[in-house]
Amino acid sequence: MKKQIYERPLIHRINTGMMNKFGTKTEYAPVSHIDGLAVKDLIKEYGSPLFVLSEDTIRNTYREAVRAFKTRYPKIQFAWSYKTNYINAVCNIFHQEGSWAEVVSGFEYQKAINNGVPGPKIIFNGPDKSDDDLRRAITNNSPIHIDHLDELYRLTELAEEMNKRPNVAIRVNMDTGIYPMWDRFGFNYENGQAWDAINKIILGNRLELIGVHCHIGTFMLSPQAYATAAYKLSDLALGIKKKFGKTIHYIDMGGGFASKNTLKGSFLPGADTTPTIDQFAESITTALLNAGFTEKDLPLLVLETGRALIDEAGYLLGSVIANKRLSDGRRATIMDFGVNILFTSFWYDHKISPAQEFSSYTEDTVMYGPLCMNIDVVRSHITLPPLKKEDHVVVHTVGAYNMTQWMQFIAMRPAVVLIGTDGKSHLIRNKETIENIESSEVMPDFLKKHALASGILK
Amino acid sequence: MKLLKNIALSDTGFVFNPGTGDSFSVNPIGLSILKDLQEGKSEEAIRNRVIEDYQTDKETIEKDLYDFLKMIEQFNLTDYHE
Repeated sequence: MKKQIYERPLIHRINTGMMNKFGTKTEYAPVSHIDGLAVKDLIKEYGSPLFVLSEDTIRNTYREAVRAFKTRYPKIQFAWSYKTNYINAVCNIFHQEGSWAEVVSGFEYQKAINNGVPGPKIIFNGPDKSDDDLRRAITNNSPIHIDHLDELYRLTELAEEMNKRPNVAIRVNMDTGIYPMWDRFGFNYENGQAWDAINKIILGNRLELIGVHCHIGTFMLSPQAYATAAYKLSDLALGIKKKFGKTIHYIDMGGGFASKNTLKGSFLPGADTTPTIDQFAESITTALLNAGFTEKDLPLLVLETGRALIDEAGYLLGSVIANKRLSDGRRATIMDFGVNILFTSFWYDHKISPAQEFSSYTEDTVMYGPLCMNIDVVRSHITLPPLKKEDHVVVHTVGAYNMTQWMQFIAMRPAVVLIGTDGKSHLIRNKETIENIESSEVMPDFLKKHALASGILK
Repeated sequence: MKLLKNIALSDTGFVFNPGTGDSFSVNPIGLSILKDLQEGKSEEAIRNRVIEDYQTDKETIEKDLYDFLKMIEQFNLTDYHE
């Protein structure tokens, strides 16, 4: 007689009266392939854990976003938010699609230059720009987004020193009706700071004001907030035209569109609650078109969308290290990836699918990472089939922020692979090695020897 | 280890404890182990039977059976007097 397929014995208590009206979501539909390539083959070739990005998804998501805005507004420009994912191969996909670069540090600026982005197409945001960073941006004619008065004054000094007229925009924060209101970036609209800065720039006559910019929040679930922001930025641009006769070239709405991830504590899954890119486009473009610009003065609409363009294209493949039972009877599964490389698990309840077939029996599980740290919890509650040691899982929607905010903590960072439109896997970042890490360390001579060298335990 | 005498097992994997009113759900292999316990089989006999019936090995069933028996003990489905 043929032996039956083994699955570990499971028992769980049936509780009544504790469900919400939508029931609980069970992730037992296996995801064994990504863009036609088998998860087990990818892990065999590149190791586990492994980040995987889909070129197809990146390009399709980008084109969908461009379509959503271009069909509603005549002048559109996306600028790829480097901090969301600055692996060069990823940046170059966006640059190939026509996206500029949006950077927030000298390091990111240099990456954009190395990727061949022309200076005038690198938008330089962020509160921290050194003198050297500013000089380089001025020389390259990059639009510099001024964050505070200290920067405005320093930039004016540098413009005089270099005898140049830098292209600048001001960053504006404002009340868009959402909580918490982001007021740390740029100058406030309601209390008049933004107008003061505009007056200083234009009347100072050393800097060329070409745009106004805002960054109203992150993981925004309300398209209406963008409409409010677009209206207020338009008000500034129209005010500048009226007072100084000067046309503002662009309005930059920043980033912040939500992806399909589920925020921790959400009642409904992200896929059901996240506004579509068309909803964001409709809100922003309607506000701009109705603001009162003449056809000739209609500003270029710049978007620094990051998360919504890359999150769904990213997957993290991982393997089970061990299973255990917690003191209260809950199942715990320890994975070979944790908060060190899946930083976004602090914010989201990531969707996690097994990568192999299972029966329909499931268990409530706590999913831990491999770190010897109590905070290393990937999912505090997830319903999964009985995974065993060395089984694989696929974590979904991880393309944004993980490959930039990951930590080299306790373990090293894994490889990143791109599945190309050619259907093949391409290594785009090597797995970290101990040599990578230790090459930055320096050992003083007096610490080079110690008495433990004999290696004998006494 | 023995299962409480009054535990009702259905062939679909529904387990009912009439003493407490608690009900449970088990997968097919879990059900087969509960039936073994009802018949008074020893842990060793259960292990051997599972290895005979399923594609598994001694180490795997040893740790999984240990975990399963702990769970049914925690759910108060076992008879402490025997």
